[in-house]
Amino acid sequence: MSEVRSTIESAVPGAVIDEHLHAGEVTVEVDRGLLLDVARFVKGPPLTFVLLSDVSCADFPEHPQRFRLAYHLFSLDTGARLRLRVWAGIEPEVESVTGVWATANWHEREVYDMFGVRFRNHPDLARILMPLDWEGHPLRRDYPLGGEEVQFTDAV
Amino acid sequence: MALIPPAGSPIERAPRTDADIDRDLREVMEQELEKSLLLTTLDKALAWARSSSIWPATFGLACCAIEMMHTATPRYDIARFGAEVFRASPRQADLLIVSGRVAQKMAPVLRLIYDQMLEPKWVISMGACASTGGVFNNYALVQGVDKVVPVDVYVPGCPPRPEGLIEGILILQKKIGANGLPSSADLRRERAAAGAG
Repeated sequence: MSEVRSTIESAVPGAVIDEHLHAGEVTVEVDRGLLLDVARFVKGPPLTFVLLSDVSCADFPEHPQRFRLAYHLFSLDTGARLRLRVWAGIEPEVESVTGVWATANWHEREVYDMFGVRFRNHPDLARILMPLDWEGHPLRRDYPLGGEEVQFTDAV
Repeated sequence: MALIPPAGSPIERAPRTDADIDRDLREVMEQELEKSLLLTTLDKALAWARSSSIWPATFGLACCAIEMMHTATPRYDIARFGAEVFRASPRQADLLIVSGRVAQKMAPVLRLIYDQMLEPKWVISMGACASTGGVFNNYALVQGVDKVVPVDVYVPGCPPRPEGLIEGILILQKKIGANGLPSSADLRRERAAAGAG
């Protein structure tokens, strides 16, 4: 068990579900309900993950929880990296972390735009890449692929 | 003193009268005038002037824009064809070079810039993405800019080399100038007027 995991577990009991180690970096899977508590804790000492590099999402249509979010964190003090992984559910909704890292504002808007994940208590959860009146969320697996049918595909 | 041909000369010329001298003088004057004057129609003159001084709008969209910038460098020197004055304001430009892929969100902006340009105006669709969407057949891009604005010349390539864009401009110049053809926007308007009438 990694040190980061045990530190988080002792501070927020029951928050960590699982962890993955790869290339010397830790990914900690966190309970959806306790995400905000974990976020607040890892930002402060002793872990000091003050920089949120990115918020990403992936769609697993076969999985009962379907949408999986990843928060990519970096510590300016120690140079360590940490990823928090959260399953968002079929009707994806998680707590916004804009109150912890202000930069999450636009990252969460992008995830909302592309995947339709709703972030509770986000100050302005509007589309950021697509036009405001766009329908659907383009990076979902069940979103139709092409803009237009490609000609002569039956000849290939 | 009148010149009198010697007897038995193959050319038997009558002595030159005053009328002969007048005619010769007029001929010489007309030749001289033709050397220094050019007679044409106003339409042709206008078309020549327009085609020889195209002012493109500074409107770069993607990697094609890098090639578009290079056409203005000394190496390729678009100034040779009188089209080097890239204007930052669409109000002062008469050529819109759509240089790159047009995102769905960019399409209204592109249309606005086109509408802000003064008549007469022309559009070059530069590269595969602007012309057809290119390899990006997906939700994000307009599949061909001719869905948004009327296009006069399509330049193929991914991206086209500066020579390609210059060729496109030359074709456009021929379209404007030598053939006296109206722009496709004019044609569209005429067609719409004919349909309404």
